[in-house]
Amino acid sequence: MTGIMSSRTTVIIGVVGLIAVIGLTFVLEPFRNYQLATIAAYLCAVAGLTMLTGVNGQLSLGHAALMACGAYCYAFTANGLAEQEIEGPVLLIVPIIAAVVGATVLGLVIGLAAARLHGPYLAGVTLAFVIALPAVTSRFSDVFGGDQGLWITVERRPEFLAGRGGTEMFQAWVAIACAAVVVVLLRNLMRSNFGRQMRAVRDNEVAAALAGINVARTKVIAFTVSSAAAGIGGAVMAFMTQSASPGAFNLFISLFLLMAAVIGGIGTLYGALWGSILLVVLPDVIGSITRGLSLSPEVAQRLDGNLAVGLFGAVMVLVVIVAPFGIQGLVRKAGHQIRSRGSLQSAPHPK
Amino acid sequence: MELERFIFLTVDGLARGAVYAAFALSLVLIWRAARIVNFSQGAIAMAATYIAFVVTSMTGNYWLGLVAALLGGAAIGLIVERGVMRFVSPVNPLNSVIAALGVLLVIQAVVGMLFGNGYYPMAVPFSQEPLPWLAGLSISAYDLFVFVCVAFVVLGLAVLFGKTNVGLRMRAAAFSPELARLLGVRSTRMITLGWMLASAISGLAALLVIPTELGLNPHATDLVFVYAFTIAVVGGLDSAPGAVIGGLVVGVLLSWVSGYLGATLSPVAVLVLLLAVLLIKPGGIFSVTKERTA
Amino acid sequence: MSDLLTLSGVHAGYGPVTVLHDVDLTVPDRSITAVVGANGAGKTTLLRTIMGQVRPTAGSIRIGGIDLTTVKVEDMVRNGLALVPEGRGVITELTVDENLRLGGLWRRDTAEASRTLSEVYELFEPLQNRRKSAGHQLSGGERQMLAIGRALMAKPKLLLLDEPSLGLAPRITAQILQLLGRLRDERGLTVLLIEQNVRSALGIADHGVVLNLGRVVAARPAAELAADTDLRHTYLGF
Repeated sequence: MTGIMSSRTTVIIGVVGLIAVIGLTFVLEPFRNYQLATIAAYLCAVAGLTMLTGVNGQLSLGHAALMACGAYCYAFTANGLAEQEIEGPVLLIVPIIAAVVGATVLGLVIGLAAARLHGPYLAGVTLAFVIALPAVTSRFSDVFGGDQGLWITVERRPEFLAGRGGTEMFQAWVAIACAAVVVVLLRNLMRSNFGRQMRAVRDNEVAAALAGINVARTKVIAFTVSSAAAGIGGAVMAFMTQSASPGAFNLFISLFLLMAAVIGGIGTLYGALWGSILLVVLPDVIGSITRGLSLSPEVAQRLDGNLAVGLFGAVMVLVVIVAPFGIQGLVRKAGHQIRSRGSLQSAPHPK
Repeated sequence: MELERFIFLTVDGLARGAVYAAFALSLVLIWRAARIVNFSQGAIAMAATYIAFVVTSMTGNYWLGLVAALLGGAAIGLIVERGVMRFVSPVNPLNSVIAALGVLLVIQAVVGMLFGNGYYPMAVPFSQEPLPWLAGLSISAYDLFVFVCVAFVVLGLAVLFGKTNVGLRMRAAAFSPELARLLGVRSTRMITLGWMLASAISGLAALLVIPTELGLNPHATDLVFVYAFTIAVVGGLDSAPGAVIGGLVVGVLLSWVSGYLGATLSPVAVLVLLLAVLLIKPGGIFSVTKERTA
Repeated sequence: MSDLLTLSGVHAGYGPVTVLHDVDLTVPDRSITAVVGANGAGKTTLLRTIMGQVRPTAGSIRIGGIDLTTVKVEDMVRNGLALVPEGRGVITELTVDENLRLGGLWRRDTAEASRTLSEVYELFEPLQNRRKSAGHQLSGGERQMLAIGRALMAKPKLLLLDEPSLGLAPRITAQILQLLGRLRDERGLTVLLIEQNVRSALGIADHGVVLNLGRVVAARPAAELAADTDLRHTYLGF
């Protein structure tokens, strides 16, 4: 009963939220719309990672590389289509599908290996994977464009959006649409029977196997699905920046994705949303604070980026130690308190 | 000509492998003491190297810098263990990985804020040119210095754990912390000591390896950590001899790969090796344990 | 005869579960006290509480006038307590020699400690030939000897043993219990022994304590307890 109720509430919250966010794109400045699109792009990857790590217990540090895979697949396809002088929705949708397919295939390959690894070992292998990425792109630089990466011909904004800020608004719409699809699909997957299997495998592989769950299959599917989500995130990034380069998907991005998932509240899609917002907003806020301090250019340059990274790291450590359910855990706790106070006032519990 | 190149690559690989082995040893030490794969080890070592760099720049003395790297590494290890890792719940093994990654970000950010993200060239105490009297082997004085340092570390650890009471206490606390406490061993202190020792060693390893690469910067040890992790896994995380042999083997392998197939491919080669070992012999090549669940 | 160890009004347990209720217990100097009781009576919890691994929620534990309730686990040995844990707790990765050395490591006087080491080897001759063997290569009886020998390395005033007969052949159990008697007579060692093997435990003990559901239901001379058929039937099941 409560399940259906809360499920309906979630759908309502989701639809209202989606409409509100799209409405927001009409009033925001172009730069803010671009940030909104970045949040949505991160959300795709973070949502996939939070499912993999929080629900299935596999810690991947390779999701930046999977995003890169999505971005490069997007780039190859889009540039190929543009050469054939194909335009319109095809130039947007087909490259995204190509990105999903590419990331899915790569994710399947890594997932097959990952299924046999535990905790720190998987983290180490995926770390090696993301570190090896620039080596691959520079070795095959005629394909991947070396360290500079590739420029991408992307579908331009529709005619009716012509004018100042139209491009960013269009980017935000595409990014939000992609994120919405990813979140809805992942939510259904996490609530399905397969979601229960993933949790069972996370909690105790031996017990899960004894209960008739195919542990390896569950882990491989979880990794593959998570990779596909990262691939979409990478495709959206490629579409927004009109480029795909190894530097845009380095180890830091992997750590940022993990950080967003952990700080937001690992294993929850709401948490992925909070984390993705934080990922974009916090550095911006810190940047405007340090700019306000009128520091010397050299000091400002050192603080730029580093301060946000350090703060993220410190918060991640704190979350692991004192608040393992992250922001979403705190939100839920606050919600419970408000609700229980409300019900106390309306109908006091008989004691 | 071919043979000369082969010898050069092999010797160079051994020199690098020796340093990687020392780094891998530090991972093994912490794994044995606390059952944690310390993903912040690279950052700790990098920060220790900055301490050495500052000391050497101020005093003009390399050896003071080397001592500073050891002491600084130990101090950072102490802070990380007492300040963070001790409070991480061991219920979920992913927690310690995530916390260590958080520590990694904090250290890299702090160093970045203090020194900027640029590269600093590091001084070396001995020439990196091949020694004339060992011309055929193309070993430099610096290579010899590296070998001596690493040999010193390996021997020191062997004596510490094999012969001394402190070493016995550390091993007891690592194998069976609760039982060790009943026997009067201050187990938590031994774990801290393990972190300090490991961090000092990794600091030394970073100090030795960074001058042979691009120079000092906040990410100077990212790749070295991946190599060391691979070596520790290849050797079996529990095995110190495994880390030493694994380090030399991987060092030579990487040198051949970068020499014959292209320098950029070493990270790929490491990834392939890591995957191969974990999938074929997950306990590590030198380990006798069958299954590994961390 | 004075009392070495005194527990008065001890309550202890795990979180919300109280296992020991108002336990009073005295262990007289230079004697063997056996605590007996059925499974789940709280015997192991009693030892864990004395050793500081479980903290009492009420009551006091004293050895020779020193309050133990706030002493750290690792300092118990420095106050004269040595435990032989259940299941022959030797550190299997270490050799026999290392296990024994570990037992005396806290002592400042190293010469004295190495003298104790040779005494222990005299006491347990089978261990002498296996000095360099790792703990996991030993037989059950050898492990029990090693665990006791390691505890003796600390030159304890009070030796605590948790089910030393568990899983051992009756002949070896008898040997070990006899050895405890000898240590008491020859060296004045005080022993607190926890046993399910009631008959042989009471056979060598001076005093017997019956624990049932976390409470002391009888504390009398061991011979008297062994002869009390009613008590045996009610609490010990034979």
